[in-house]
Amino acid sequence: MTILGLLREEEKYILKMRRLYELYGYKKYKMNKFEHYDLYLENKSFLSSSNILTFTDAGGTLLALKPDITLSIVKNAPESFSEPEKVYYCENVYRSTDQSGGIQEILQVGIEYIGEMDTYAQAEVLALAAKSLREISSSSVIGISHMGLVTALLDQANLEGVARREVLRCLGEKNVHELQAICRGEAVAEKDISKLTSVAEVYGPLKESLATLAALLADTSAGDPARQAVDELAKLYRVLDAVGCGAQFVLDFSVTNDMDYYNGVTFQGFVDGIPAHVLSGGRYDTLVKKFGKQAGAIGFAIYPNLLEQFGEDMRDNDLDVLITYGSADPVAAAVEAQKLTNEGLRVRVQKDKTGTVRYKKHMCMDETKGGGVV
Amino acid sequence: MRKLNIALPKGRLGEKAYKIFANIGYGCPEILEDSRKLIFENSENGVCYFWAKPSDVAIYVERGAADVGIVGKDILLEGGHDVYELADLQMGKCRMAVAGKKGMQPSGERTIRVATKFPHIARDFYDKKGLDIDIIKLNGSIEIAPLLGLSDVIVDIVETGKTLYENNLEPYETIVPISARLVVNKASFQFKNAEILAMTEKIQKAIAERE
Repeated sequence: MTILGLLREEEKYILKMRRLYELYGYKKYKMNKFEHYDLYLENKSFLSSSNILTFTDAGGTLLALKPDITLSIVKNAPESFSEPEKVYYCENVYRSTDQSGGIQEILQVGIEYIGEMDTYAQAEVLALAAKSLREISSSSVIGISHMGLVTALLDQANLEGVARREVLRCLGEKNVHELQAICRGEAVAEKDISKLTSVAEVYGPLKESLATLAALLADTSAGDPARQAVDELAKLYRVLDAVGCGAQFVLDFSVTNDMDYYNGVTFQGFVDGIPAHVLSGGRYDTLVKKFGKQAGAIGFAIYPNLLEQFGEDMRDNDLDVLITYGSADPVAAAVEAQKLTNEGLRVRVQKDKTGTVRYKKHMCMDETKGGGVV
Repeated sequence: MRKLNIALPKGRLGEKAYKIFANIGYGCPEILEDSRKLIFENSENGVCYFWAKPSDVAIYVERGAADVGIVGKDILLEGGHDVYELADLQMGKCRMAVAGKKGMQPSGERTIRVATKFPHIARDFYDKKGLDIDIIKLNGSIEIAPLLGLSDVIVDIVETGKTLYENNLEPYETIVPISARLVVNKASFQFKNAEILAMTEKIQKAIAERE
């Protein structure tokens, strides 16, 4: 067996990702296991789960096992930037994912780009997201949307408070029937309802869908934020298409994120065969500004633990050779084991045969029990 | 064309929903036979059905064991499942309501004891009103709780209200109308998009025609 052969599928995947991000000049970010609880308390709605493991240190400070990496990276980023901060990480996070509320340790891999935002910066991160998924499977899709456009349409429809949140939820569920019912209840103009409906229903290759969307917004002025969002997506598509990643993107406004933190593009990646999204990311200038830093930011995270369910387990044996020695000379067993391991075979030496180990070949050293290869 | 796995809720609602599927070209006659089989496939129509406990359908869909499912809105509201809700089937109509003893609506001066199968829905509803409640989670026969003094009110599904009135109870307030919904797994929507959109469109047409 080779050294790489020791790695599980997701471990190999992480190494490939690290290489990819290093190739594009991202530096590895290493963080502490613990973080001050205040950080998460103040930004609670940024986190996907509010269940956080806390404890006090010797000085009585309340600490937390990190449920998220992005917040720490933003907090520790420099106050001012002469050049963008480009980092990647692969860290364990602790959050509750199941219904019982138990905490799981989940590996998370991702990148963050903090600094001045322009078409290139955003397209680079999007392209890296597309390439990250391609390493998992040849069949992958990234749904992309733009919070700027969603916000603009909600503003135009004068939706506030509870109704605004509810309409946003309906967009996330592609729930057109409830979206329309809520809007009618709020006396939103039919013209705005039909726009929101079209946006909820839009789904398809980025290039074609953007054309549909541009036609829908044809009556708006050039300075309209919804129109600007579509223009920005079109510019991003040009770059993505040039590096061969354009076809992986679909326009899909069910990809929504918390408006208190995210602005601009948001995206979610799927791989055929895995029932939930494996990648999620977006532009979060608002979060960075909350920390008093004058910069924009975009990033994404991947959850490689989902790969465990993906595909077959390649190893059908635990071992190549099982050596049992019984009452035979231990020297013979030791010499035989060394010889085989030097050949690169996986060996296990034990006194008697048991039922649970899976092996290709069994070698019995004890002549009284038959001996030889069985 | 890729096969669609469909989770149907056991019982009358599921059977009615199957009829819609069968009428628009997704039939699988085997499902109506009295057998011990659990999964029914019709590769000709590209579908595979299975029956699930109604409250579990959304979980099967969320976790991708089914691409598509038929679920009551009550279960979606209670579970907060991460799925797409593509259509309202306009069947299995009822409402989620607060009910209790006739003329005994609590004033909110003291903590209201609420017996329910739907703790999340009840909590949400009273939180919005800013009222303090004590939730008593029950699994069935909710109506009996206020009669025995176990709770002040119940939060439950009300269809006609007949059971309530016959037991000297009455609905106080409607929380939300309920009906069956078509839900879809978010990843399936990406990779079986054409199949799912075609099915949704036919279902919506069938619903519109029935009305």
